This record gives sequence, structure tokens and C-alpha cells, in this order.
Amino acid sequence: MSFTNLIRVAIRAILSNKSRTLLSTLGIIIGVAAVIIMMSIGQGSKESIRQEISKMGSNVITIRPGADMRGGVRQDPSAMQTLKMSDYESMLSGLKYVQHVSPEVTQAGQVVNGNNNTTTTIYGEAPEYMTIKLWTVQEGDCFTDEDVCKNAKVCVIGKTVADELFPGGQNPIGRSIRFKNIPFRVVGVLKSKGYNNWGMDQDNLIIAPYTTVMKRIAAQTYFSSISVSALSEEVSEKAIEELTALLRANHKIKEGMDDDFTIRSQQEIMETMSSTMDTVTLILVVAAAFSLLVAGIGIMNIMLVSVTERTKEIGLRMSVGARGRDISRQFLFESIIISLSGGLIGIGVGYLGSWAAQLMMLPASVPLWSVLLSFGVCACIGLIFGYVPARKAALMDPIEALRYE
Amino acid sequence: MSAMERKVVIELDNVKRDFRVGSETVHALRGVSFKIYEGEFVTIMGTSGSGKSTLLNQLGCLDTPTSGEYYLDGIPVRNMKRSQRAVLRNRKIGFVFQNYNLLAKTTAVENVELPLMYNTTYSAKQRREAAVKALNAVGLGDRLEHKSNQMSGGQMQRVAIARALVNNPAVILADEATGNLDTRTSFEMLVLFQKLHREGRTIIFVTHNPEIAQYSSRNIMLRDGKIREDVENNNILSAEEALAALPKPQDD
Repeated sequence: MSFTNLIRVAIRAILSNKSRTLLSTLGIIIGVAAVIIMMSIGQGSKESIRQEISKMGSNVITIRPGADMRGGVRQDPSAMQTLKMSDYESMLSGLKYVQHVSPEVTQAGQVVNGNNNTTTTIYGEAPEYMTIKLWTVQEGDCFTDEDVCKNAKVCVIGKTVADELFPGGQNPIGRSIRFKNIPFRVVGVLKSKGYNNWGMDQDNLIIAPYTTVMKRIAAQTYFSSISVSALSEEVSEKAIEELTALLRANHKIKEGMDDDFTIRSQQEIMETMSSTMDTVTLILVVAAAFSLLVAGIGIMNIMLVSVTERTKEIGLRMSVGARGRDISRQFLFESIIISLSGGLIGIGVGYLGSWAAQLMMLPASVPLWSVLLSFGVCACIGLIFGYVPARKAALMDPIEALRYE
Repeated sequence: MSAMERKVVIELDNVKRDFRVGSETVHALRGVSFKIYEGEFVTIMGTSGSGKSTLLNQLGCLDTPTSGEYYLDGIPVRNMKRSQRAVLRNRKIGFVFQNYNLLAKTTAVENVELPLMYNTTYSAKQRREAAVKALNAVGLGDRLEHKSNQMSGGQMQRVAIARALVNNPAVILADEATGNLDTRTSFEMLVLFQKLHREGRTIIFVTHNPEIAQYSSRNIMLRDGKIREDVENNNILSAEEALAALPKPQDD
């Protein structure tokens, strides 16, 4: 029998028992929709993490003192004093893939303005930090290189700090605030970044020249980290290689010895987060996929009933010249059409579901490959679970089948 | 009439068919031999248990002999595979069943097209043309699009006969084709079979009803798996006359 005839015969058989067909497709519809919604939420979450991280600069590379391991003992990185001023200065020129560099010294503590106070962290940075971490100054200006040279007691404050210390819409610019009793003049307020994906308030900070923080607050001569931006996200790896070579030379580390610093790019962090999300998504999708398996068994059941019911038709078809393979194809096409149409509807329902998830503020985006995958899986379900009934039909003895009542 | 001049359509050479039922062997056919020539209208008669159905299944290539050989249109059937026999049935045989066996919810013309669906040399258009021609031949040219549940028994059997004609078979095999019909409709069917016979078709009519033998050209009588009688009918009755002699149905 030709392909078009097979499809026509199968569609006719399916339509002749609409309610039964609908019920057996329902399993597939639910299964596919569940898989697609799970995948879309997984994908959506991953994308939102990606966006969040790229808001903090996707080309950012962070250098911290201390290797992950040294002599089998994990060191406390803050106790290490390996990142020196000379390291920072050597990075400022001669590196091909590095754009901006900013050393960093941090201290947590209380900040006071009159009778308002809050607990925050002060970041000692170079002005380039704004470019590296994509901060924008909303009001006022950033401090300058000159302020860095002069250890000037000026600072830029985050939105949260501004709101806490200057309630009721007071203008913080030009006012003085005290961090650990050291007065700082506010020169700018940062544009809000909001909370990040893991619930940290990104606006609760003060940024001041690193020299000031080093000398007046932390009283230390080393950095707690150095932030670097690569020329682009793509060359992050190369920039890391460059920086590693430079620091190993600076620190006179012999070949075969471990680094005394750790360099991580934002991309690596992003990948770690993505792989966590991938695991969660995988678990959800596997759960949803089981419902597809159950749906497949449902189709097989219905097809077996259908083959038995139509024994006489099979006998007739065989007597007028249908070969076993014509009969088995007829039933296979039926089960494939049932599961594919269920799959198509399921994809539609999945799209609706992911749209509904977006309305509920869940990040969701349907990945195209999941649609193609579900379609393929449905075709396979039809083929696999249709095989047994189709074979049963094909192996019937026409004499017995014609006699069947 | 010399048998030598005519073409042999069916030849059975000492065909035996055994069935194993539990530990016993049942000999359904115990060596049957005969030839059927092109253009014959043969009734095969026998009581139940005579091997009539087994013989029909052999003739229809639905089954193969345990021993002996069956030639259909010169082709030996015994060693053919299932799928080869399916193709052979498709090209050489037209079946007419007692209970019509039409596809439900399907129109007359589609039912008649069915055998040609399994013959890929036919295009959709040729298939339809052949089906319409066959339906015209059985007098149902005006009921092409009627579905099987909208037709009377006689009409359904006509559709079934059209389906048996559509592939232009070497032989039409009718199995108790009038068994489910009333007397009047049965005679209408016989009229149709006689018409097909006159047109040169080879027809084998398997029945337990001895009356039908009077309207065919040759009678084969089976008993206990053997041929008991094989005679030419030199006095073929006209089914048309018999139909006319029947009391008219009351139209009220």
C-alpha cells in the first residue's frame, strides 16, 4: 500500500473512534507539555542567571590570593598576602587581552550619618572598577585617579546605603558619612542593581579609593583581590593565561610548583551555576518523561484492543491481498499518528504553560531543541509501542481472522 | 466440447490437507484432483465436515496443501511464502463471502477499491475508474457513495461481488454467497453470477444448498475429504426465469 493510502486509512480509523483516540492522546499531551514546561523553566532560569551575571560584567576575571590547595591543606585566602601593589602595577601595561584592572580591599562595618546608621561593606577600588563591574553613577560623579593618589576620603555609595543614611529624599552628594569613625565625603550615588539571583542586595555597598581603604581603614599593604576585565568574554581564557604567567613570574614560582593565587572568570562561575540548574532541570524532565512512558503504554493497550476488534477487517484485507507488512504498517501508522498528534498538541500546551509561568514571574523560555526532541520522542513512542500490536495483527492467520466474530 | 482447447485456470493434483488436533491427525482432504477451465461456473457442494471449507481455503491460497500440488493459473502454490500468496490473491482471486465483509462506515466505491489499494501499479484515478466500472457491472452505478450501513443485504452483496471483480481475477470464489439472503435476493445474486458467467468469468461457488447446482455449469460433490461426484450440468436453469416465477413482493 502506498504511503498516502496508509496515512489516509490510518486517519480514517483514528477518526472513527474519536473519544477513545482523544483519551489515549491525552497521556501524550500531558507528558509532552510537562517535559516542555520543565525544560522551559530550566532554560529560563539559566538565562536569567546568565543575564544577572552579565549585569556584573561577563568578561570579569577575579584574582584572589592563595591556591585552592597547598601541601594538601586548604589555606584561608584572606590570611595570604600574596597580591601586592607591584602585581597590580605590572598588570596596568603590556597585557594583550586585559582591558581594565582594579585592586580591591574590603572591610565590613557600620556607617553612620547623624543618627542614621547601617551595616555595609566598603570596597576600596580604582575608578576602573565602575567600568569592570558595569556600575553607573546616577547622581554626582565617581572619584578620580587623583583621589586615589591623594588617599582622598571620598566615596560613592549604593542605593541601599543612600536610602538608609539619607531618608526622606535628602541629597547625599557633598555630605559626610563616617565609616568606622573615618569621615568620607559622598561624591556620587550608584544606580540600583537590585538583588541578585541568590538573594544578595547588590546596592548595599560603599566604594572608595583603594589607597584610602588600605591605609586608613584596613591598615594593610596587600590586596584582598584584583578585578580585571578581559577585552571580551571570548578572550577570557587567554587573559587568564596571560595573568597566570605574569603572576607566576612576579612571584618567582618555579615550574611544577602550585600557584599562590586563584584566577576565576565570571564565565566559570556562570558555568557552575548553569550546571547546578542543569541537574535540577534534568531531574524534573526525567520525572516528566516517565509520564510519556506511561502514555506510550496506554497507546499500546488501545492499539492491542483495536487490533482484536478489527480482526475481521484484518482477515478481509489479507484475503484481498494485503501482506503482513501492509497490515503492520497500517497499525504502526495509526499509533504514530496518535502519538505525533498528541505530541503536537502537547507542544502547544507546553508553550501555553510556559507563557503562564512567565505571567507568574517564573523565568521560562521554551528551547527549540526541546520541541524537536519531544516531536522525535513521540514518533519513537508511536513506533515502539505500536510495534507489538502491529506485529500481532500482521501475524494473524487470514482464515482464523475471517472466521472471527 | 473438448477440454484440450480450453485454458486450465485451476488444477489440483492429489491435494491432501491434514490438521493436527491435539494428538490426533484429522485428514480434511484425502487426495483431491480436478481441473477447472476458464469460463466454467462450478458449484462445490458438501455437507459440513466434508472438507468443503478446507478446499475453499486451498483454492483461495489462504492455506497450502500438506501434500500434492495446486496450480492457480499455472502457478504452483504449495511452496509459496505468505506474502507471495497475498500478492497472488490480490491479482488472481476475487472473494465473495457469506456475510459480505464490507468495511464499516466506508462507501461502496471505497470498499470496491480496497483490493487495488494493495496493487501499487494502480493510480488513485485508475482505482476509482475500475471500482465505478465494477459497481456498474453489478447494477449499483447509482449508489457509489452509499455507506455500507445504508444498504440492504442484497446491495451489500453486490458491492462485495463488485469488489471481487475489480481486479479482473482469474477466478471468483464465492463462499455461501447467498447464505444470508432471502429467496428473492438469492435469485437476484444468481442472475448476476449467471451474467458474469456468460461474460466469460470463471466462478467457483461453494455451498451446501443443492438447488444452486442447477444454475451452474458443473457440480463437484465432496464427502469425507474426497470427490464423490463431478458432473457437467447439461441442463442449466435460468435464474432470471426462476426469479420471474417467484411471487411478486407486496408493495404497500
